[in-house]
Amino acid sequence: MGKEEQQLKALDKGKYRYIGTRPVRPDGVDKVTGRANFGADLKLADMIHGSVVRSPHAHARIKSINVDKATALPGVKAVVTGADFPMLSPSDRIPGVAPLSFYDLSRNVIARDKVLYDGHAVAAVAATTVAIAAQAAELIEVDYELLPHVMKALDAMKPDAPLLHEDMFTAGVEPKPTTPSNVSKRVAFTLGDVDTGFAAADVVVEHEFNTETVHQGYIEPHACVATITEDGMASIWCSSQGQFMVRAYTARVCGMEVAKIKVVPSEIGGGFGGKTTIYLEPLAVELARRAGRPVKMVMTRDEVFRATGPTSGGHAHCKIGAKKDGTITAASLQLEYEAGAFDGSPVALGCMTGFAPYDLENVSIVGYDVVVNRPKSAAYRAPGAPVAAFAVESTLDVLARKLGMDPIALRENNAAKEGTQAAYGPKFKRIGFEETLTAAKNHPHWSAPLGPDQGRGIASGFWFNIGGNSSASVMINEDGTVIVATGNPDIGGSRASMALMAAEVLGVDIAKIKPQVADTESVPYSDLTGGSRVTFATGKAVIEAAQDAVRDMKERAAKIWEVDVDQVEWRDGKAVAIETDKHQPLSVADIAGMAGKTGGPISGKANINASGAGPGFGTHICDVEVDKETGRVTVIRYTAIQDVGTAIHPSYVEGQLQGGAVQGIGWAINEEYIYDADGRLENSGFLDYRVPVASDVPMIDTVLVEVPNPGHPYGVRGVGEVPIIPPLAAVANAIADATGLRMTDLPISPPRLLAAIDAAK
Amino acid sequence: MGKHHVSATVNGDPVEFLCETRQTLLDVLRDELNLTGSKEGCGSGDCGACSVMVDNRLVCACLVLGVEAEGRNIETIEGVAQGEKLHPLQKTFLEDAALQCGVCTPGVIVAAKALLERNPDPTETEARYWLAGNLCRCTGYDKIIKAVMNAAEEMRGA
Repeated sequence: MGKEEQQLKALDKGKYRYIGTRPVRPDGVDKVTGRANFGADLKLADMIHGSVVRSPHAHARIKSINVDKATALPGVKAVVTGADFPMLSPSDRIPGVAPLSFYDLSRNVIARDKVLYDGHAVAAVAATTVAIAAQAAELIEVDYELLPHVMKALDAMKPDAPLLHEDMFTAGVEPKPTTPSNVSKRVAFTLGDVDTGFAAADVVVEHEFNTETVHQGYIEPHACVATITEDGMASIWCSSQGQFMVRAYTARVCGMEVAKIKVVPSEIGGGFGGKTTIYLEPLAVELARRAGRPVKMVMTRDEVFRATGPTSGGHAHCKIGAKKDGTITAASLQLEYEAGAFDGSPVALGCMTGFAPYDLENVSIVGYDVVVNRPKSAAYRAPGAPVAAFAVESTLDVLARKLGMDPIALRENNAAKEGTQAAYGPKFKRIGFEETLTAAKNHPHWSAPLGPDQGRGIASGFWFNIGGNSSASVMINEDGTVIVATGNPDIGGSRASMALMAAEVLGVDIAKIKPQVADTESVPYSDLTGGSRVTFATGKAVIEAAQDAVRDMKERAAKIWEVDVDQVEWRDGKAVAIETDKHQPLSVADIAGMAGKTGGPISGKANINASGAGPGFGTHICDVEVDKETGRVTVIRYTAIQDVGTAIHPSYVEGQLQGGAVQGIGWAINEEYIYDADGRLENSGFLDYRVPVASDVPMIDTVLVEVPNPGHPYGVRGVGEVPIIPPLAAVANAIADATGLRMTDLPISPPRLLAAIDAAK
Repeated sequence: MGKHHVSATVNGDPVEFLCETRQTLLDVLRDELNLTGSKEGCGSGDCGACSVMVDNRLVCACLVLGVEAEGRNIETIEGVAQGEKLHPLQKTFLEDAALQCGVCTPGVIVAAKALLERNPDPTETEARYWLAGNLCRCTGYDKIIKAVMNAAEEMRGA
């Protein structure tokens, strides 16, 4: 941590009473006692159970579906197929860098004319027991005409590749193509002139990289319970990253009005972006409608792997040129990401983030979004960024070695700072990337000795962080306790940070504040939990709602004292009359107790579209030990350093850094989707898709650099995304340090590394 | 196909339930006894979210049949706290922020309690290997291991 940050931090500690403290989270006791209710934990009277029929084929035309045998099975109450859902129009989409097509969403929820991946939902059935539902699913006869499939981006881009969608014409190229292809779009970002820049370089390095599909790997499978009345009023209880998202998407897929669907959020057992969309909910609603009974649907782990998430694998080509002194003169990056069966990989985000940590004059970035016969990709923590950073940060490591420079010094030489023009558009405001590099350089980890077969790597990462629509209500109870209601599922401790920010504004002890994640009919709309927006944007709404409540309470005090409201100040949770000692200060409880006499109940509200999200930067140091006889890599020491703006609840901020780092370590050395020659997923379970376990990883040391975001009253930056970005390259760079081998393909699994070790002999 | 009548002890209380042969102990706990604290993350014994004790042996409830509970003593997360008193592990998990989403937490706590009952003074490595069957995707395990070590210390001092 730099001296300036230490001072700033010390200042902040004095500035805030509650922010920066580490209280027990408000929902904690429920979660350590087993009392907390997650998606699969609800049981309703008369409830029946749904099961989904999924395609065993990677690509096939559905010739017919016969449900007669299933319907005839005693206990079966309803069956639905794609024909039971409205067909949406291809134009029914929200454009943007992360586009959303309801046409595709609808066909992903349940296939229509074609199945596009192993696991694609084809039909669903509801029956009185789970066992009967599963039996009925097996009785549904689907007649498929098999089609050739394609699994990898570079193969799918070939002119003779099997086509997934005959109506897909590559967007973003001129002239507009006249023949369909699997490339949904091309995106490009340019700054300066790379040809001139590369010509001016003393050293140019370039590498190609390949990564595999990986899954978010949340421990809680998707689950929901849906009911619908005879007059069409639906209720959905489910685990998701956004109750309003579930409402909006289900309404579109089922052709219903939003007001006819109420979504009650359960606790969510992990999402990491994978629960920012819907799979089961429309099926459950339509089954419930036909059965006239509540329908519960819970995915198996096999279904989670085959049909939800994952994030894109792909190919990357990175080229960087620099002067002998380490000044980068030009950088180019080409990315091809596998979107899965429908367009919408995070390739644009990969393009935008890859070089963002650096102040570069000449940049060329091109990205291709490619459909393949894999499940439709969903967001995964910093969508698109880890693969781009793997390419860029690995190439930078090669460059540093070639220049004989310290890799931190190379990054410092080119680091983005306040005023830097990013290739993707904006000029940065106050950011803390350089501070993370300084902290890395000064950390004892960076200079600690290494043993034989050990190596050390460093890598950095950038994430935008986002704002968006958020609402909050701060309700002052009659005894002075406070309810803070928001519309964002608490995915990793956000209730605690909402309560802390409300406490700070109100001056009320955190123990008196009860944060609530409310259903879609109890708070106004909020965008979903994701993009590292909740503590920033919903936090901003909570702050404004608390300020609104304070304003009201000051007015009530003025009324009680019969003074002008500008004679009332809010100090340490009390209304204080200024310029007179005639009136005793009034606490929240005092004012709340007299609310009936001063104008009725007291609450504050805020409905905002938050802008001013502050970008986040991180730098990670990784030590590995390589077993040269087996190719096994063990991470033996790890330090995650990040500019977190202001840590509202430092323990949960550290937790974000630690969890993200370990997911990144898994991505680097363990995790991959493995398909057989027919395009069937071979490792759809946690035994064979191996996420890191406790014995795989060391303690994850964290350094919270706090460079406050000028766009938030308390300086909050989103913190959840950044930590998964650096690890892929940090691990690969450490392996290069240990072995002298540049591993460009992920995962760097034992067979792959052993082959490289043997080949180098 | 008739249901089986099973008598067992769950969290100290005698219980009787009817179950089908195919139902796992986890199905029985969750669906028949309404003890939903044990979670199903995989159904194949790979994630540990359904960790429970059967006759003082740590098992995945998804790998045990309900009928196998006959005459057994089952302990689940719901039995870890005593009345209003949280177990030291539950306290350190809260104080050390050892959970984020919390879905793995019941299984982790049941497994960690089993560890500390056998080994009151585990090394970090012993704790990591004991808990290697309990997947957590949120925390990176750091704070979980710290909470287990802190609870162990507290329990040794108690």
